[in-house]
Amino acid sequence: MSEKNHRVSRRQFLTYTLTGVGGFMAAGMLAPMVRMALDPALEAAGDSEFVSVGLSEDEVTEEPQRVDFNVELDDGWYTSEQSRSAWVLRYDDEILALSPICTHLGCTVNWGTNEDNPEEFFCPCHFGRFERDGTNVAGTPPTRPLDVYDVEVRDGMIYLGQINQRG
Amino acid sequence: MLQKVYDWVDERLDITPLWRDIADHEVPEHVNPAHHFSAFVYCFGGLTFFVVVIQILSGMFLTMYYVPDIIHAYESVYYLQNEVTHGMIVRGMHHWGASLVIVMMFLHTLRVFFTGSYKKPRELNWVVGVLLFFVILGLGFTGYLLPWDMKAYFATVVGLEIAEAAPFVGEFARVLLAGGDIIGAQTLARFFAIHVFFLPGALLGLLGAHFFMIRKQGISGPL
Repeated sequence: MSEKNHRVSRRQFLTYTLTGVGGFMAAGMLAPMVRMALDPALEAAGDSEFVSVGLSEDEVTEEPQRVDFNVELDDGWYTSEQSRSAWVLRYDDEILALSPICTHLGCTVNWGTNEDNPEEFFCPCHFGRFERDGTNVAGTPPTRPLDVYDVEVRDGMIYLGQINQRG
Repeated sequence: MLQKVYDWVDERLDITPLWRDIADHEVPEHVNPAHHFSAFVYCFGGLTFFVVVIQILSGMFLTMYYVPDIIHAYESVYYLQNEVTHGMIVRGMHHWGASLVIVMMFLHTLRVFFTGSYKKPRELNWVVGVLLFFVILGLGFTGYLLPWDMKAYFATVVGLEIAEAAPFVGEFARVLLAGGDIIGAQTLARFFAIHVFFLPGALLGLLGAHFFMIRKQGISGPL
């Protein structure tokens, strides 16, 4: 494009420069505000702390045991205690801590409450079933295994961290 | 691209006359700083409006984090100031802008006064301007309480005692503003409502009238 057929008129020049300067000013004003509004979505999720559940390593058996414990929940300017539960068991010489939240629609599962399948987790809402290691039984509503807590053993005591999805 | 979108809309809705009517107006030589630099004093009205726009925008974003409750107000302000990215900047804009509005408005008032622009036929616009002055002061007064810290609380104690000093209606005015006998939960909720709904509504209405009149009557002549 030569200079000749692309002359910038005085009006055009003023339009461009004024729009440019105005745009910079508007952007300078709005950028911090928009960043502030987006903050919750952009903030990296913090790893939750490990919490003792009051159960020693020796007490964990192959039979799932239900433990109830509290975690501290940070919610903006609130901090609150949230109660959590886990089914803790030994499986293949590893300690598993299963979340009791059914992976179908979020009801709470229990161990061995279904008379026909005493060695399984059972969800009363839609009869979802899970094996002892949390694997969902095919043909029942849940589509993936029960979630697991991060497990740590410190001084022989069980500590549970955040909940992770499997499969 | 942008031109095509504009043309498409304009062809259907004929929007050009709408913004032409707003944007195209005569700026006399005596108010144009390009001709006489001293004419910058005529900018103060526009600058007041500019800062008001910043106040409205930053205020809107602040309410995303603020809660008007005596237990949590201070905590939420602390959180948005110290934990939220750029929260300090946005609150800073609102905090300093609040003072700047008053300064700009004062300079604008001085300019109008010393150029005699309030004289006939512009008396009504002066009256609206004075109402705007009170609305802005009200916004400053109600906004000052919202962080719910010591300064906020005791400034409001003093402010309400000034209101109470008014003859005959003083006691009534104080209880009405405080929403009760003490400065507490109801005062904070009330000041919040006044600060973000009632006064901004009044402000926008009055600004509309202010701008309508200046366009209708034009800028006052040179000294």
